[in-house]
Amino acid sequence: MTDSAVQPAVADAKAAPDTMAWDSGLRRLMMIYLPLGCFVLILLFPFYWMAITSFKPNAELMNYKDHNPFWISSPTLAHIKHLLFNTAYPHWLWTTMLVAIGSTTLSLVASTLAAYAIERLRFRGSPYVGLGIYLAYLVPPSILFIPLATVVVQFGLFDSPMALILVYPTFLVPFCTWLLIGYFKSIPYELEECALVDGATRLQILRRITLPLAVPGLISAGIFSFTLSWNEFIYALAFIQSGANKTVPVAILTELVTGDVYQWGALMAGSLLGSLPVAIFYSLFVDYYVSSLTGAVKE
Amino acid sequence: MSITALSTHGVAARQPNWLVRLFDYKPFLIVMCLAPAIGLLTVFLTYPLGLGIWLAFTDTTIGRSGIYVGIENFQYLLTDSLWWNAVFYSVLYTAVATFGKFALGFWLALLLNNHFPFKSILRAIILLPWIVPTVLSALAFWWIYDPQFSIISYLLVDVLHWRDSNVDFLGSPWPARFSLIAANIWRGIPFVAISLLAGLQTISPSLYEAAMLDGASAWQRFRYITFPMMMPILAIVMTFSIIFTFTDFQLVYAITRGGPGNSTHLLATLAFQRGIAGGELGEGAAIAVSMIPFLVFATLFSYFGLARRKWQQGESND
Repeated sequence: MTDSAVQPAVADAKAAPDTMAWDSGLRRLMMIYLPLGCFVLILLFPFYWMAITSFKPNAELMNYKDHNPFWISSPTLAHIKHLLFNTAYPHWLWTTMLVAIGSTTLSLVASTLAAYAIERLRFRGSPYVGLGIYLAYLVPPSILFIPLATVVVQFGLFDSPMALILVYPTFLVPFCTWLLIGYFKSIPYELEECALVDGATRLQILRRITLPLAVPGLISAGIFSFTLSWNEFIYALAFIQSGANKTVPVAILTELVTGDVYQWGALMAGSLLGSLPVAIFYSLFVDYYVSSLTGAVKE
Repeated sequence: MSITALSTHGVAARQPNWLVRLFDYKPFLIVMCLAPAIGLLTVFLTYPLGLGIWLAFTDTTIGRSGIYVGIENFQYLLTDSLWWNAVFYSVLYTAVATFGKFALGFWLALLLNNHFPFKSILRAIILLPWIVPTVLSALAFWWIYDPQFSIISYLLVDVLHWRDSNVDFLGSPWPARFSLIAANIWRGIPFVAISLLAGLQTISPSLYEAAMLDGASAWQRFRYITFPMMMPILAIVMTFSIIFTFTDFQLVYAITRGGPGNSTHLLATLAFQRGIAGGELGEGAAIAVSMIPFLVFATLFSYFGLARRKWQQGESND
């Protein structure tokens, strides 16, 4: 592909200096739009395939000879109906929502206070506390899940969504704290000094001045935490045993995959429904996602 | 509370509410603010980390607390061909997937750094694979890799006529290994591309203008401006990527569960199989702990290997 792109460029280079060749339409098409198109196609195809499978009747799913697999001739809601009325899917959705909201709230409160203490109260050793919290983010869940399972059993929380609400902050708090430290840094310190001179207490400053100014940061941290806890898998798999308490990602894999014949229609419908909440959330807050992702990396 | 503290400043200073005074006492406030975060992290992160290392030296099983057995677990692992297999595949998986993610992600970032219509919509769409729960997109890949009804096989056999038989994606070891790596790359590209795009946008255009005036070619501009300027951010993103690829669990567990014939076990899935599913907590913990040296090495390598450039450029350049 690159070879074919070079050929017209050579022809253009005769007419114009090398740097000007970038403006040539054909070269631009070959070097930018074609690869971009391929990327988008490949990155989105699994979702298209997921969506189209969820609405296909079983006859079409298993017969590529008579039906074009890329399209649906007679769409059906049977798989989604089966999921909603014959399985515990609504309950799984509810549990996942509960866990995601609970752990997000907990992490937001903990990390806002921690970030405020580290960035604004400025005590001796505050950079080291910040570094320690950052290092906690580098400990992957795969190393922790076995000992955490025994801790969860010791606390009597095994098989309870409460365990997940308490455990998810281990990877949410470091991320949110780091993000919020960055946001607090961008708020002028003079504003707080003015309030201090006027006799406000530290907590009043946090509540009346710093937090309202940090709302974009709080939204970023919140939606990120929600997404991460919605998507979490290994802890939910290890700590939850009974079918009713499972979160959506775990339940689809362990409860819907049964026997040797996979019900692809129902599986894909479950995946689609399970992805929709985060996808909708994402579409509402795209800019916050991008800014928090890039902001966290740049810190 | 707020009224007394704000308006009657003089009075409040003489006889303030003891609670208000306590919460305005800086050391106390610092402790109170840090307590929730540090508490959560200590109980559910630091303590389990230590406990995991301790468990690796015991023969604990589910329901029975074990006794200290020294390095027996590790000695056993060294003779266990499945563990060596998992080490081999974890290293291969990390190396190939990281290379693929960064090569393609960097390319995508460079493409997105151009000006074209609907750029922000495109950027939003591209992040989707990263937003959607990994297990659910892994299920879609499982269906795409189906031995009988794979859409890729359909394309190759019935549409393009490049092959005569369906591709056996997950049935034999090597194709299964590379199918999983492909799925991991697919999932990792957006994160790499969007973070590197942020880095690209911080490079000053005047550098390129100066290079163009000096007659630098497109490749020279990339090699001597873009690449060195991107080093610090590449180092950070790559460190993260290596850590989370090496310890990946979801993708393999969802698509192959370590099969066929245990050929696609990563250390994390092997630890789960032995520790939680098999009940041998001590041995599972030993497998998990055996990931730590690899992680430390990979982190130091990627961070110092790439960040070294920063010292050469000087600290002020990042």
